[in-house]
Amino acid sequence: MSTPNQSGWKPGSPVQDHNAMSGPDTVTGNRALMLEEPLIFEIGTIETTGVDLPEPSGGADRLGGLDRSETIGLPGLSEPETVRHYTRLSRQNYAIDLGLFPLGSCTMKHNPRLNEKVARMPGFADVHPLQPVDTVKGALEVVNELANWLIDLTGMHGVAMSPKAGAHGELCGILCIRAALEARGDAREVILVPESAHGTNPATAAFAGYKIEDIPANSDGRVDLDALKSRLGPDVAGVMITNPSTLGLFERDLKEISDAVHAAGGFVYCDGANFNAIVGKVRPGDLGVDAMHINLHKTFSTPHGGGGPGSGPVVLSEALAPYGPLPYVVRGKDGEVHLVEEENAGEFEHTKAFGRMTAFHGQMGMFTRALTYILSHGADGLRQVAEDAVLNANYILRSLEDVLDAPFGHSGPCMHEALFSDKGFAEDISTLDLAKALIDEGYHPMTMYFPLVVHGAMLVEPTETESKAALDQFIGALRSVAERARAGDERLKTAPHYAPRRRLDETLAARKPILAWEEPNPPGGTPTMSEQGGR
Amino acid sequence: MRYLPLTDADRSAMLEKIGAPDVDALFVDVPEEARLDGPIQGLPMHASEMAVEKHMRTLSKKNLAASDAAFFLGAGAYKHHVPASVDHIIQRGEFLTAYTPYQPEIAQGTLQMLFEFQSQVAHLYGCAVANASMYDGSTACWEAVAMASRIARGKKRKVVLSGALHPHYAEVVKTMAKFTDDEIAHAKPAMTAAPDTAGLISRIDGDTSCVVVQYPDILGRVTDLQPIADAAHEKGALLIVVNTEPVALGAIKSPGEQGADIVVGEGQSIGVGLQFGGPYLGLFAVRDPKHVRMMPGRLCGETQDAEGKRGYVLTLSTREQHIRREKATSNICTNSGLCALAFSVHMTLLGEKGLRQLAAENHRLACLAADRLAEVRGVSVLNDSFFNEFTIRLGTDARAVVRKLAKDNVLAGVSLGRLFPEHDELADGLIVAVTETTTEEDIETLVSALKEVLA
Repeated sequence: MSTPNQSGWKPGSPVQDHNAMSGPDTVTGNRALMLEEPLIFEIGTIETTGVDLPEPSGGADRLGGLDRSETIGLPGLSEPETVRHYTRLSRQNYAIDLGLFPLGSCTMKHNPRLNEKVARMPGFADVHPLQPVDTVKGALEVVNELANWLIDLTGMHGVAMSPKAGAHGELCGILCIRAALEARGDAREVILVPESAHGTNPATAAFAGYKIEDIPANSDGRVDLDALKSRLGPDVAGVMITNPSTLGLFERDLKEISDAVHAAGGFVYCDGANFNAIVGKVRPGDLGVDAMHINLHKTFSTPHGGGGPGSGPVVLSEALAPYGPLPYVVRGKDGEVHLVEEENAGEFEHTKAFGRMTAFHGQMGMFTRALTYILSHGADGLRQVAEDAVLNANYILRSLEDVLDAPFGHSGPCMHEALFSDKGFAEDISTLDLAKALIDEGYHPMTMYFPLVVHGAMLVEPTETESKAALDQFIGALRSVAERARAGDERLKTAPHYAPRRRLDETLAARKPILAWEEPNPPGGTPTMSEQGGR
Repeated sequence: MRYLPLTDADRSAMLEKIGAPDVDALFVDVPEEARLDGPIQGLPMHASEMAVEKHMRTLSKKNLAASDAAFFLGAGAYKHHVPASVDHIIQRGEFLTAYTPYQPEIAQGTLQMLFEFQSQVAHLYGCAVANASMYDGSTACWEAVAMASRIARGKKRKVVLSGALHPHYAEVVKTMAKFTDDEIAHAKPAMTAAPDTAGLISRIDGDTSCVVVQYPDILGRVTDLQPIADAAHEKGALLIVVNTEPVALGAIKSPGEQGADIVVGEGQSIGVGLQFGGPYLGLFAVRDPKHVRMMPGRLCGETQDAEGKRGYVLTLSTREQHIRREKATSNICTNSGLCALAFSVHMTLLGEKGLRQLAAENHRLACLAADRLAEVRGVSVLNDSFFNEFTIRLGTDARAVVRKLAKDNVLAGVSLGRLFPEHDELADGLIVAVTETTTEEDIETLVSALKEVLA
């Protein structure tokens, strides 16, 4: 017995909401190009495969008597079915390639395709991390060339390339600080973090064994310098400051903050998630920063890939560089690039490393892409990147502040992102409602409810890769939705109406978690996966 | 500049709208003395696509690609054939250029894929629940140790590491433990035909939060996990099993069915490729659903939309840093989403049938290689058991042999001297990995090269 649609949802449920798409239901559940797709577990079988491999001959068995005899339960599809399955799924995603993706602090900019081509060159993609060093000199040169760019762009002393993403880089920086303090016999317990910080900051500092204390903000959203100074003392290991901040503001007093922290014996960690706003305009090293991670997947445009992979190299000051983790790559006095690991750290006078953060050398596939991006832009282009990103954000801020409350709009220009609040919305309309209505207009929503310090926050980051025409269209859409939010348009509360799914029940998901596919148990016995097979 | 759409006319019009005289007025909050007045000196200016491609190609050609050599490296990263359709799918812009699926109504593609991925990993590992990926196997291993400490609520501090755990994984755990209160009990690997299970069990005591065992281990040996699981559970400790070669689980029993509590590993073998060490794919699963709320990382779950249609969302996020901040189970945010997609596509193409065939072919060729190498004078095969990699002893420093053979495009394996530089007595060991990409001709090339160099 087969139903027209095996994906488990109810294709026949009539659309009652007159606000939703009109027209009759279809027997398949599809709506023209909007195609429903079941799970691989519902359409695949354990007997189907999309590869051609030899049948096992049954001769060799040195598996220690541990042969896997039970069914594993992994469905297979032929190649045509596989390509169709994932192509259909892909069409249910929003992406930068489809339109402006204004997620504040996430930096969704265009991903150049040259970067993809380069990353796939066999000399980069088809190289094992433990090959003899003489056979990977070009790969090491890529790491070294990128490292030098990162040092020059930030005005710092050294860089740890191995951290796998931003949060991993934060951990690397905080561990460098802890190692430096321990080396001088100075046990400090507290890291100061502003309330507006990314959640990764306090999570990282806690993971490294520190107590977290909030730094208060002043009325224009920046770190309260006097409050910070009065909290500094012999128990404070350091501060973690995001600059530009998550409010989209440059921390004007960072140099003074750094001087005060250093004078009190602490270190300054800068969260570099927003470095794209200032690359080529100012060097964090000139502002007294001791450690800063750089999200290559933000500033240097390696693709976000639906949630990763990222890459989070950490630039380090002279005081912290000796503690950077292994392995790392260096150009030696002989002019050659070398891979420095546990066995040759002494030879390169790097004996204070705090350890190793990951098995191998870091995100090589991201290094090749980021270096390609950097070389394409050059020193002049990167500066233009920052200028256009900031220009685009300010254009959005000033074009919408008459319909959306900009809590810090009065304090001057923003950096690469414009922050709005829900002030002025009709009482029963929320930021979430506005965001979902923006989906119906064909846009991915902005970052919602972050930073936490602004009520109903909406953080809009257009990036530099949007044209003025694209910005104008987005501004028009957001203006219309904002006006409807102020007027209390009830349709917002049931949005989105035109997405592949209506609003999803997140409470249900958390209350009764279904986190893996399980075979259903219909009356008459449990069917095997192969019995259910067929599209 | 080809990636920047604004024209100078656009910029002027926009500045006028903003009410700023020039773009520098937008950077007024940057202290003037720190503001750079032009492109940073000494760095190259922008370059054409053609010029950049040429530069990068020149660098790439200085590397010996695995496919251009007789290739036998493993030890945590394996060369497998990845079907062409995998790369095609992960390059679709809707997957490649999407963000973390925080707006589920327009991210069902990524979310359904993650649900399928989690389900595939759970089946492969013999576990109830897998997460949506970690950075790589080594960081997943540390996260498992940290999770075991959380479950022990700080009452048990000892972490027992098998001596046959990948030394880089052990190094990551030891590094992180320096900053927590965990006490790491590690031993060096014993060069024996079978792992020293009795010795490992004897190190577990009432203060042990977890035991970490690699399966197959760093020397390629396949260990019966059940006695270790029983011993750990008797002392109230968790068994963490690390797998660096997921293809093996198409041939050998899953860690979950042998009593492992947390199973972590490297997923790179399926779909991801070698990439000089990253990005890779950390896999993380628990056997018992009661441990789900202690897990690190993102989880995708099934739910319904307002019309009752099935859909998927990220869930149980009160464990995570963006909600819980300093009380989160981990600081992880970005994971390895696109690598998870590559894994899931490749695994779907294989299916159970293909995975079992792939595993059998790996094992057949590895057995053939072990037999041929055992015939070389001066070479002895250490292992009683193995899947697709095993350790041989050369009676001489294997590092020197590896470097010598590399000059003739023979990448013979990973020397134990490189992995364990502090243990001279392991220096004659060489880990040899054989996969479906290894030809019988490659094996003969290695055999003759070793004959020559050991003669």
